Amino acid sequence: MTAPTPTTGLTPEVPAPGEPARPRSRPAQRLGDRVFSGLSTASGVVILVVLAGVALFLVIESVPVFTADGADLPGGEGFFSYLAPLLFGTILAAALALLFAAPLSIGIALFISHYAPRRLARTLGYLTDLLAAIPSVIYGLWGALVLAPYVVPSYRWLDGNLGFLPFFSGPVSASGRTILTAGVVLAVMILPIMAAINREVFLQTPALHEEAALALGATRWEMIKMSVIPYGKSGVIGGAMLGLGRALGETIAVLLVLSASGGISFNLIGQANPPTIPSNIAAQFPEATGLTVNTLVATGLVLFLLTFAVNFAARAVIARRAEFDGASG
Amino acid sequence: MTATTTRPSRTDEELPSVHRPLPSWVLPVLGAGAALLALGLRALLGSGPVLTVVFAVVLFTVLVNVVSRRVEGHRRSADRTVTAVVSAMFAAAMVPLLSLVYTVVSRGSARFDLDFFTLTMRNVIGEGGGAQHAILGTLIITGLAAVISVPIGMLTAIYLVEYGRGKLARSVTFLVDVMTGIPSIVAGLFAYALFVLFFGPGVRFGIGGAVALSVLMVPVVVRAVEEMLKLVPAELREASYALGVPKWRTILKVVLPAAAAGIATGITLAVARVIGETAPLLLIVGTTTSLNLDPFNGRMATLPVFTFYSFFQPGANPGPNLDRAWTAALVLMLIVLGLNLVARLIAKAFAPKGAR
Repeated sequence: MTAPTPTTGLTPEVPAPGEPARPRSRPAQRLGDRVFSGLSTASGVVILVVLAGVALFLVIESVPVFTADGADLPGGEGFFSYLAPLLFGTILAAALALLFAAPLSIGIALFISHYAPRRLARTLGYLTDLLAAIPSVIYGLWGALVLAPYVVPSYRWLDGNLGFLPFFSGPVSASGRTILTAGVVLAVMILPIMAAINREVFLQTPALHEEAALALGATRWEMIKMSVIPYGKSGVIGGAMLGLGRALGETIAVLLVLSASGGISFNLIGQANPPTIPSNIAAQFPEATGLTVNTLVATGLVLFLLTFAVNFAARAVIARRAEFDGASG
Repeated sequence: MTATTTRPSRTDEELPSVHRPLPSWVLPVLGAGAALLALGLRALLGSGPVLTVVFAVVLFTVLVNVVSRRVEGHRRSADRTVTAVVSAMFAAAMVPLLSLVYTVVSRGSARFDLDFFTLTMRNVIGEGGGAQHAILGTLIITGLAAVISVPIGMLTAIYLVEYGRGKLARSVTFLVDVMTGIPSIVAGLFAYALFVLFFGPGVRFGIGGAVALSVLMVPVVVRAVEEMLKLVPAELREASYALGVPKWRTILKVVLPAAAAGIATGITLAVARVIGETAPLLLIVGTTTSLNLDPFNGRMATLPVFTFYSFFQPGANPGPNLDRAWTAALVLMLIVLGLNLVARLIAKAFAPKGAR
């Protein structure tokens, strides 16, 4: 941390020696100072207000849902039975994404930080950063038009050979646009950012730890096991949870890839897939009116709270690590 | 003389046989063997090209593990196995990403012509037409978002680094973290819920999209500028104070110029981050087929939403729409990558010596 030292109290209060001591109290704050500090403080307050506004307006717009008769809401059975499959789909897709992306991101990060040649590593790191910037609508197009048709034979195989598992029981979706495909696309999307975080964490391992391990005759893998992994563990967990937060909130890619029609089901490759909260909002909102709008806003509020909880936990894990060993980031 | 020639052979004999390293020709041979076996499996089972490569990699890893264990012992064997696994994971992760870039470029180039940049979709049903309205809409809305976010973000960062003390600063830091995690669709809902209070249900216009994008952009700007301001050495500020310069002039004339390149990089990346956002614009800006340059009045088309609808609601004749969707995706990707490149160049051109 290179935080600047507090800069208050630098105004000279003691007159220089030799100068006649004038009776002078602390100099009045100059106008420019007052305006400037006022402006910047106001900006900080704007952020407070905006966040309070986000929460407040979402609550205001969702209130009618809870006062209205359940039969008037979309679905006709009250808010919570409307919410349940959405919440289930959101969590299932994000969990699948995390399941695929977590090990891969660790592998990529280790490859870039400890295996690839130094010059290549910098280019690769730059490339993964670039991939993190590709808009989600492009991932969605690719997932729906390239990946989904490609994986259908694999799904048939899974159904044929592992069909006794509830995850792979048929009938198999003919388009391939299932919750499993959505999970894979989400994994591809959060992979670059997670790999970038893990890479930074691994690169921060103190060189002395690594050299000590190598000096004891450890192989490269033993060195990584002894110094890099223990040092980076909480950073990796924090990064994974940030990735999870992204996957939970991802809208357009899921909407394009997933052909959602069903309710709660653990069948990952079937024709009836649960929708996710954000994709459902994006699909319904443009044509929604009246109470439907309020219901969608209410599901948005639930999503907001969910991602807030996940991100909060991630920050807590990372902050504890920073306190623990004084590493930044 | 004799020592240098005899030492290798002597160590070889003294060391237990498990420590003798694998000769360098073994790995290529094992690789070729694994590839042949995988090709054999392909002929036998009729597996596809991807599965064949997967088989080859798995077989290679297993062969290396077994052979190395026999020759070098389990520690070296584990090391080699992990090297193979980590490299394979990296390669596996690159496959979808390369496929994505390749698909967008190859399918997007079909309509990557002058018409795409000069025509709108007004009264276009089949082929032809372009995305001029969407490109201009994206530029206007993102520009407005930057106009809103950059001052707020920079001033907040200045507040946090130069002025902020105590409870307010801590809660602002915390809330910026919270804002970083707001899903984009929630930002869109926020903008909608905000403007609905003033304009009634069904409100759609460009400035709403700019507000929604600002919610996403401000925390990115704050974080980037904050990091850069923290990097400015305290000695620079103290030198300025010692010369009697007021604090606000110190910040404007000493601190900000010292951090200017980093701030420019951060803002460029923040613009790149929001320019491809689809979900909030879908909710509050909607889309249209004709050119609308007035962000305060009516629906506007934007490039991400244009891409989305061209695929999602292709109409009766999906072919040309799909072509336009891919080209719009290509243009969007080029804009984002271009912005990232610009950011890198700014950072590189002004990087102080010795920085990485």
